[in-house]
Amino acid sequence: MSSQERKFTTVEVVAGNGLLNRRMFLSLGSAAGLATMVPSNATETPLTVSPWSITPGSWLTEYGTPSKFEGHVNRGPITPGPLNRLGGGSIRTPLHLLEGTITANGLHFERSHAGIPDIDPDAHRLVIHGLVKRPLMFTLEALSRYPMTTRTCFVECAGNSLRLNAKEPVQGTAQELHGLLSCSEWTGVSLATLLDEVGVDPEASWLLAEGADAALMSRSVPIAKAMDDAMIALYQNGERIRPSNGYPIRLLLPGYEGNMSVKWLRRLKAVAGPIHTKDETSKYSMLLADGRVAQFNFPMEAKSVITKPSPSLTMKGPGLYEISGLAWSGNGRITRVEVSADGGKSWASTALTEPVLSKALTRFRIPWRWDGQPSLLQSRATDETGYVQPTREAQHAARGSRATYHCNVITTWAIGEGGEVTHVYA
Amino acid sequence: MSMRNLVWAAVLVASAHAFAADSPDLGVPISSEDVAVWDLDVGPNGEGLPSGMGTARQGKRVYIEKCQACHGDQGIGGVSDALAGGSLEGDSPVKTVGSYWPYATTLFDYVRRAMPLTQPQSLSADEVYAVSAYILFLNNIITETEPMNAETLPKVEMPNRRAFFTVYPGKLE
Repeated sequence: MSSQERKFTTVEVVAGNGLLNRRMFLSLGSAAGLATMVPSNATETPLTVSPWSITPGSWLTEYGTPSKFEGHVNRGPITPGPLNRLGGGSIRTPLHLLEGTITANGLHFERSHAGIPDIDPDAHRLVIHGLVKRPLMFTLEALSRYPMTTRTCFVECAGNSLRLNAKEPVQGTAQELHGLLSCSEWTGVSLATLLDEVGVDPEASWLLAEGADAALMSRSVPIAKAMDDAMIALYQNGERIRPSNGYPIRLLLPGYEGNMSVKWLRRLKAVAGPIHTKDETSKYSMLLADGRVAQFNFPMEAKSVITKPSPSLTMKGPGLYEISGLAWSGNGRITRVEVSADGGKSWASTALTEPVLSKALTRFRIPWRWDGQPSLLQSRATDETGYVQPTREAQHAARGSRATYHCNVITTWAIGEGGEVTHVYA
Repeated sequence: MSMRNLVWAAVLVASAHAFAADSPDLGVPISSEDVAVWDLDVGPNGEGLPSGMGTARQGKRVYIEKCQACHGDQGIGGVSDALAGGSLEGDSPVKTVGSYWPYATTLFDYVRRAMPLTQPQSLSADEVYAVSAYILFLNNIITETEPMNAETLPKVEMPNRRAFFTVYPGKLE
């Protein structure tokens, strides 16, 4: 028995099929822990003097871009709308190719309904009116002078993961199945500050939020949410929001379905009741099994997905691996993420990477010793309200399979003998 | 109270007011007349509907010219969303204005703000009323000659209205 093998015999197995104590990597130290994770092919490719080490490199660039070797880390392929570019469409964050919890601005998912407007920031205006004492109009310059707040939160399309409603498991990467999900550090003006300035009348209980795009995309938002933690966001990960994500300003409603965080925001109107716009009636409403339609279901419920391994990331032989993934909840902090390697028979708690923030993506990790046999990997998130991510069977029993939106069921990845990863129902 | 105290009292009141509005207050007041060009939303009780009117018979012409290329002959079979017919039964429900939409006012609101796709906000109020009437007629909800206007449109009873319920602020199982 080698010294490395001896080490693993002392490691605590915490659940079926090789799941190990989540603290193992921390306690072993990186040298011992990683030794068996790296193939020892040093002798096959002897060290040479690399050309980039003996020739000066390229000159500085004004705006950085990823290495040319990372071109595959992108948001393609584009899912077109019915009329391609004109009707809007969506592109997805490559969750399976990213680490940590923050999405680079160029990789944030996009969904638009009439293309991306080319807005001149000097000509943009935000109007707040309706049932208010003082209707006001704000320039971007004026908004830029307000005290700023910063928070990290996810934005998830209400239609994310809807392919898991299909009768047979749709094959695709974590990006293709769950990639209408991104997480950024957003900075802007607290909406409550502006609402205090206009003086909302007591009879107003909703706001109509409207974008300046060619669809004038609009949603009704409860005043209580607007006063709680809503933001008029100007910055995303430190720079001005990209045109595709709402430049120059967007509404940000942490935890709520992404469509409500109206991009290119131009108008907020205080109203007594919801307007019932197209995107809160014909879309983003949930047709239940009994024919009833659930409308105004806002927070994205707790969900998680394993990103490593996941489809297209083939495992390279038996040995020690780290299972890693993302968990999030629109209702608060993630308190626990469990992983199963035996299709849900047994579960082990994972390590959550700090800081664990409310309504933000949370990274979970757990060591796994894969024996090379077919395995079923699952993850299950719990949030601070005590809500536990449901199985597909449980959600379909409660809602039926036609609800389309807010699908947050447990995903199962099957590992084959060759290490290939596929999407299955289990 | 001495003159000096009176002055101080006035200063204190003024300061108290300034601090009470402890906010930059950089917005410019705007009148409802000046917002009107953006104020296009229509609520479920007809709030915001403009004057004007149209019938399905009039709307058919608008539809054929402006809508049919994407939404298909009589609202079915186009590359974009079906607008007429459809059933919510079975595993593949077809959600159309007739089978699914809860309010007729949403039709006016959406057509006026966002349609036709390449020329949004180009239709007159009469044209929006007329094409809304035509789509309702295609779904057998109103007759071909029934005029749609600010009075009649909110009173149209949509077949699926009663199926809708509000989750907020509660939670869905």
